[in-house]
Amino acid sequence: MREVAFACAVLGCMLTLGGRPLPCAAAEAATDPTAFEQLLQRLSERRHGHVAFTEVQQLSILDQPLHSSGELLYDAPDRLEKRTLEPRAEDLLLENGMLTVERGHRRRSVALQDFPQAAPFIESLRATLAGDRAALERYFTVHFSGNIDQWTLELTPVDPLLRRSVRRIRISGEHDRIRTVEIHQSDGDNSTLTIGADIPP
Amino acid sequence: MSRAVVAGTIWLLCAGIAAVIVVHAHYSTDLSAFLPRRATATQRLLVEQLHAGPAAHLVIAAISGGDAAARAAVSGYMTQRLRTNPSFIAIDDGDEAQLQRDRAFLFEHRYLLSARVTPERFTAGGLHEGITEGLDVLASPAGPLVKPLFLRDPTLETLAIIESLDASHAPHTTAGVWSSPDGARALILAHTRASGGDIDGQQAALAALRAGFAAARAVLAPAQRTALSLTLSGPPVFAVASRATIRSQVWRLSSISAACIATLLLAVYRSLPVLAMTLVPVASGALAGVAAVALGFPAVHGLTLGFGVTLIGESVDYAIYFFIQRAHDFRRAVWPTLRLGVLTSVCGFAVLLPSAITGLAQLGLYSIAGLIAAALVTRFVLPAWVPRNAKVRDLWAPGEALERLAGRMQRGRGVLVGVALLAAALLYLHRDPLFSRELASLSPISAADMQLDERLRADSGAPDVRYLVVVSAADRESALAAAGALSARLTPLIDAGVLGGFASPSQFLPARETQESRRASLPTAETLRIRLAQALIGLPLTAARLAPFVQDVERTRTAALLSEADLQGTSLGRAFDALLVRSPPGWSALLPLSARSSGDLSPQAVEAVRSAVASVAVRAELLDLKGEADRLYATYLRDAVRLACCGLIAIVALLAIALRSARRVLRVMAPLLLSVLTIAALLVALGHALTILHVIGMLLIVAVGSNYALFFDRAARQPGEGSVPLILASLVTANLATVIAFGVLGFSSVPVLADLGSTVAPGTLLALLFAAMLADRPAPSAQA
Repeated sequence: MREVAFACAVLGCMLTLGGRPLPCAAAEAATDPTAFEQLLQRLSERRHGHVAFTEVQQLSILDQPLHSSGELLYDAPDRLEKRTLEPRAEDLLLENGMLTVERGHRRRSVALQDFPQAAPFIESLRATLAGDRAALERYFTVHFSGNIDQWTLELTPVDPLLRRSVRRIRISGEHDRIRTVEIHQSDGDNSTLTIGADIPP
Repeated sequence: MSRAVVAGTIWLLCAGIAAVIVVHAHYSTDLSAFLPRRATATQRLLVEQLHAGPAAHLVIAAISGGDAAARAAVSGYMTQRLRTNPSFIAIDDGDEAQLQRDRAFLFEHRYLLSARVTPERFTAGGLHEGITEGLDVLASPAGPLVKPLFLRDPTLETLAIIESLDASHAPHTTAGVWSSPDGARALILAHTRASGGDIDGQQAALAALRAGFAAARAVLAPAQRTALSLTLSGPPVFAVASRATIRSQVWRLSSISAACIATLLLAVYRSLPVLAMTLVPVASGALAGVAAVALGFPAVHGLTLGFGVTLIGESVDYAIYFFIQRAHDFRRAVWPTLRLGVLTSVCGFAVLLPSAITGLAQLGLYSIAGLIAAALVTRFVLPAWVPRNAKVRDLWAPGEALERLAGRMQRGRGVLVGVALLAAALLYLHRDPLFSRELASLSPISAADMQLDERLRADSGAPDVRYLVVVSAADRESALAAAGALSARLTPLIDAGVLGGFASPSQFLPARETQESRRASLPTAETLRIRLAQALIGLPLTAARLAPFVQDVERTRTAALLSEADLQGTSLGRAFDALLVRSPPGWSALLPLSARSSGDLSPQAVEAVRSAVASVAVRAELLDLKGEADRLYATYLRDAVRLACCGLIAIVALLAIALRSARRVLRVMAPLLLSVLTIAALLVALGHALTILHVIGMLLIVAVGSNYALFFDRAARQPGEGSVPLILASLVTANLATVIAFGVLGFSSVPVLADLGSTVAPGTLLALLFAAMLADRPAPSAQA
């Protein structure tokens, strides 16, 4: 189950890869039932993202929260990278179904399929980025609230086994831009990842 | 006493002595026959590794067919059943329980296993630094993995140990057990207790695996049962298979050759007693050959007996010449030429004697002893034994037909210039690579089995170990200590990005001295609490939270040191056993290295490792297994070519002395060289890279073919001695026997035997053909 938590944490972060700021012309009002569709449509149009992030983790074993920061990169359809720069450089890359962690000169790769319980999570989170609703709803109960200007997506794992490690993922944003991702773990620990400015190429 | 009685008595005495030697000889069928006898220290290490190194014990069992759940069930059942089987040091299928046991061991003993445990590490400053690092990891994506351990292991020694283990090549997992990357095959890795030489032990282990599979499969529903199949590969499988192959092939090929040649001779002689007499020199030769090898070597290799089939092909010729070329003037008319022929053959085989390859040296000795014995029996025993009234079918008429044919062919001898030019052109076109450069080309394992092995190895993520540091010491403890000292020098190379990783037995069980000094680095609970309070200033947790850490340190500080018994039941124990081996006169620790990215080490990395090895005061050496093996083979090949050239020169010198005419030597040698050239061209044109065995085969073409050319030479020079039709008839019969013997060998599934057969069989045929075409015009009396 630790692997699942690991994969969720990894991919929760990745999910927050923001896209381009929405063009002004697209800022029309949206009604609730179609807003979710609209959001997914917008997300799917995104081909590339490169943003800064900060993350705060509340762990029950510690007295104070842990802070980290770095950059997130996304290239459609399935290349995701999290570069933690502070407090300690670490690079995490998901590409072609392989998860690679690099710290200093040490590099370790694992195949997603070696974690059969984590694989659906990762696939579904990747699907969110690609705007694939069917894949998303296969693994999560999805609750959408708000409108395209200001929205919140709550994902609850369908599989009770998975729910034992991750209770809920809450993603919020505006237009096709993700602002925060909160991961609530079943042991009470949680983390909040906040997306900062776009990093120009 | 009559001559027959004297000859018979001496023969019987010799045969009796030889038989006693043969019965008491040692026979071996292991794979080392084609590895060097005399070698440098590095090469000896290499051979030792190929023979008994960690890889030599590994069997990869693949279960395919059916569905993933069925494969995993069978794999689990098999592994569980066989774990208690004494045939295996270890057997694993990557199940979760095994992984848990390994992790539990590393976690439990982290303060004795981690190289970072020093007195400085447990000062307030050292703890502050260590815990800060631990918190950094906790904040990273790997955080959820270390969170459950953090309060007991805040400096993350467990993680450091796991990272130092070179586990990047672990197999994939499907349905909870190891599998190929595509999940289609479940994999079990079994390490047999029996090593290289103990083929019976390895065979028992393989049988246990098959029985385990059958029993596990029986538990499934009938529909699934038939869908599943088991494939085994690895050095023990090769060793067992190659012994079985060599045994069955030696027996089968000898029987087929003998039966074919007997049929041929019966058809020619039309006389059973004569056929029986023909076999006397052959059998005597074989007996003498085995006896000579038994005396000259510690053990007779099975392959030598396989090659020995070739002896039938040549020694049977002597009796053929004896019976067909009018037995009554054999001593005067046939024997001088035959004697020269035997001597040239002996020259050819003699060059094999100094070969560094045991198999070839044995073949040389076997053949020399065998040929001399067969020739002596033909010369001294047959004439005494053959009754005056023994009748061989008169071959005059077919001989005359052959003579007319030879005459017609001689008119077309101009064609041979074209043949020579064409062959030379073909060889030139295929000049690179003319020779195979890999030691594997000498292996008695078939290409299909090699491919299967490569596939399963790739599946299991266990590529061939190419680089290995071998540390030697007088005893186990010193070998472990030396390995530990060397590991300390190699670790910085990983951090510097020069090396991908390495394994060392000291990672699983450090030397006692090392453990003692680590244990002595641990402060008492009271001191640790005081230091922690200081160390945690400015960090997001209080010392009270780390009580489990203090407890664990105190437990290790007061507990006994680790011993090999603690490794029992973990897969680390298996790795340890494989990496720390007895190698007389002492012990060796093996440290396999892996490159940073998949593939080979860069020259700079090799240099860096060499200087790291040199900087430690231990006896250690970096081995490049593949490079060393290929270098070894290149040496063999050079040797073989040089030896073959020496043999050729010796044969020419012998002919020059015997024939006393440059022109006659040229007449005799021309068809032989042309035949060798043509065969080499045919082989490369058919896509073969030439191996040492092809080179040896070419030498045999010259050795055997020289008999034919010498008889043609005699027929032309001394027309009064013997009749040309009968000589021709005997040559064709003798050649057919040789072609049968080597041709049968050519169909062998053992590559080394097949290479030799497919060179010599067509080569001797061409040698006879070319010798007939290039023979001097028969003297006038024969033409009449």
